[in-house]
Amino acid sequence: MNALLKNREIWLVGAIAVLIALIATRFPGFATPRNLANVFNDTSILMILALGQMVVILTRSIDLSMASNLAFTGMVVAMINAAYPGFPIPLLIVVAIGVGLILGAINGFLVWKIGIPPIVVTLGTLTIYRGATFVISGGAWVNADKMSPDFIGLQRMQLLGLPVLSWFAIATILLFFVMMTRTSLGRSLYAIGVNPTASVYAGIDVGRTKFFAFCISGAIAGLAGYLWISRYVIASVEVANGYELNIIAACVIGGISIAGGIGSVGGAVLGALFLGIISSALPVVNISPFWQMAISGTAILLAVVLNARGERKQGRIILKKAEAAAA
Amino acid sequence: MSAIGTTRQIPDRLDNPLRSLVFSWEALLVAVAVAIFIVNSLASPYFLDVWSLSDLTFNFTEKGLIALAMALLIISGEIDLSVAAIIALASTLMGMAAVAGVGTPGLVLIGVSVGIACGAFNGFLVTGLGLPSIVVTIGTMSLFRGVAFIILGDQAYNSYPASFAFFGQGYVWWVISFELVLFLVAAVIYGFVLHKTSFGRRVFSIGNNPIASHFTGVRVARTKFILFCLTGLMAGIASVLITSRLGSTRPSIAQGYELEVITMVVLGGVSILGGAGSILGVVLAALIMGMVTFGLGLLNVPGIVMSIFIGLLLILVIALPILWKRVSRRRVA
Repeated sequence: MNALLKNREIWLVGAIAVLIALIATRFPGFATPRNLANVFNDTSILMILALGQMVVILTRSIDLSMASNLAFTGMVVAMINAAYPGFPIPLLIVVAIGVGLILGAINGFLVWKIGIPPIVVTLGTLTIYRGATFVISGGAWVNADKMSPDFIGLQRMQLLGLPVLSWFAIATILLFFVMMTRTSLGRSLYAIGVNPTASVYAGIDVGRTKFFAFCISGAIAGLAGYLWISRYVIASVEVANGYELNIIAACVIGGISIAGGIGSVGGAVLGALFLGIISSALPVVNISPFWQMAISGTAILLAVVLNARGERKQGRIILKKAEAAAA
Repeated sequence: MSAIGTTRQIPDRLDNPLRSLVFSWEALLVAVAVAIFIVNSLASPYFLDVWSLSDLTFNFTEKGLIALAMALLIISGEIDLSVAAIIALASTLMGMAAVAGVGTPGLVLIGVSVGIACGAFNGFLVTGLGLPSIVVTIGTMSLFRGVAFIILGDQAYNSYPASFAFFGQGYVWWVISFELVLFLVAAVIYGFVLHKTSFGRRVFSIGNNPIASHFTGVRVARTKFILFCLTGLMAGIASVLITSRLGSTRPSIAQGYELEVITMVVLGGVSILGGAGSILGVVLAALIMGMVTFGLGLLNVPGIVMSIFIGLLLILVIALPILWKRVSRRRVA
C-alpha cells in the first residue's frame, strides 16, 4: 500500500517534470528557480485549500462550500480592515480562521448530528454562504484603496528569499504532514475512509471525526479567504466563484480517491502545483488562457483513469458507500 | 425515505394507504407549494396574473427537463455534474452552425446530438472504464465548457434564424408556452418509464443494490450508460430552449445550473444515495423552486439572496423529516 502511494507521487513528480521540460523547450526562462518559486507562490492558496479538501475527501465526504466560505470570510476581514485600519493583522488572520471554522463547523454539525449526506449539506451551504456574503456587503466591493498597507503588504514581504504567502503554504503543508502522519486524528481520518464500520469497532467516533474534518476544511477556507483578498486586493461577492471545483480537481489529480481513505499531503500539494504550472505556463507559451479550462478537464480525466487502475472496486459504487459513511 | 438508515427493515405490514398518502414526501411538497403560492399572492399584487404565472414557468422548465433525467441517474446511484457544461458546448456548436447558415431543423438536430454524444462520453467513462461519476463529470464539466471557451473566447454568437426563436419564446396556445408543454410531456414520459416499466424497476434495483441487481440479470452497466445518454439528451434539449430563448450564446451560458438541477432532484425526494424517488416529487420541486425565485424576483430580491432561500430550503426539507422521524421514534420508545 505504502509503496503504491509512493509510486503515485513519483508518477506525479515525473509528470510535473515533463510538463516543465516541455514548457522550457518553448520558453527556457520558465524553468529557472526564480520563476518556479513564483509559480509556487502563485499556487500557494490552491495548495492550502487542496489540503483542507483532502481531509474531508479522505472521510468519504466532500466540501463543495469551500470557495463560498472563502468569499464570505474574505469579505468579513476586508470589511473589518476597511472599518478599523488599526486592527492588528495577526489578530485579523485569527478572525479569518475563526469565521471559516464556524462555517465549517455548521457543515460538520449537519453531517454529524442531523445525518444529511455531505454533498447535500455543502451544496446548500455553497449557495447560502455566498448569498450571505452579498447580504453583509450589500453587494458593494471593498477595493484596494480601502485596505490598509499592512493588510495588503504582509504576504508580499520577503522572508529568506520567499514571499510570506509561500511561507504560509509551507507552514500549512508541514502542519498537515504532521497531523496526517503523526497524530491519532490523522490516523482516524484515514481509518474511517477505508472502513467506517471497522473504525466504529476500533473505537473511533466516525461522526465526530467527520465533524473535525469539516472544521479543518472550514478553517483552511477562512485562512485562504484572508490570503486571497489580500493577494488580489478586491473583496466582492464574486470572489472565487466556482473555485470549489478547482480545489477538488487538484485533489483528484493528486491521487486522492473520492471514495475515501486514499491520499496524501504530498499528492494534494503536487496536484495543486500541476494545475498552477499549467495556468502560469499558458500565457508564456502563447496559448490563449481560454484553453485552460479544457486542459484542466483533460488532466482530471487522465488522472482518474490512471488512479483508478489501483482502486477500481472502490470507485465503482461510490454513492452507495456514502451511505455507510453517512450513518 | 429510509435513505439515511443503516439497515433497511421490511415492515410486517404496510401502512394504511391513506396514511402513507398524507405523510408522503409528495404531499409535503404540495403543502409547501401551496404555502409558497399563497405567500407570493399576498406579498405581491403582480403575482396573480395569467401572464405573470406564464412567465413563472420559464423559471423552471429548462432546468426541470434536465432534472427529470437526472432523477433517474441519481436513483441509479450515479450523478452528472456536467449538464450545464453540455448546454454550453451544445449551444456553442449550434451558434457555429447558425453562422455557417444551417437552418432551424439542423440546429435542433445539432443541439440534441451534441447532448447525446456528451452524455454517451460520460457514460462510457463511468460504465466502460469503471470510474466514479462525481469525478468523471467534474472533469468533463471543465472539458465541455473548456471547449466552448476555446471556440468562443470572449465572443458571442447571436445570428440565429428567426424561426429558431419559437422553441424558447413561442406559445402553443394563449399563455401556454412551448417550453411548458415540452416539460409536461417529458414529465409524463419519464414518470411512466420510471414507475410503470421494467426499465424503471431496474433503475431502482440498481440504486438499491448494484451487485444483487447484477446477479439478478440486470445489465447494470448498460442501464447506467443509457441513463447518462438520456441526461445528455435532456441537457441538449435544454440547450436548444435556452439558446432560442436568449437568442445568443456565450461560453458562460447556464453557469451553475448543475447545482440547481441537483437541488431540484434532491428537493423532490430523490435519495442522493440512490434507490428512492419519484418523478412527481421532482416536478413539484421544480414548481416550488420556480415559484420561490419568481416570487422573490417580483419583490425585487436580488438573485444572490434568492440562492440563500434555495439553499436553506434544500437543507431544511432534508433535515426536517429526519428530525421528525427521530422525535416520533423516541416518543414510541
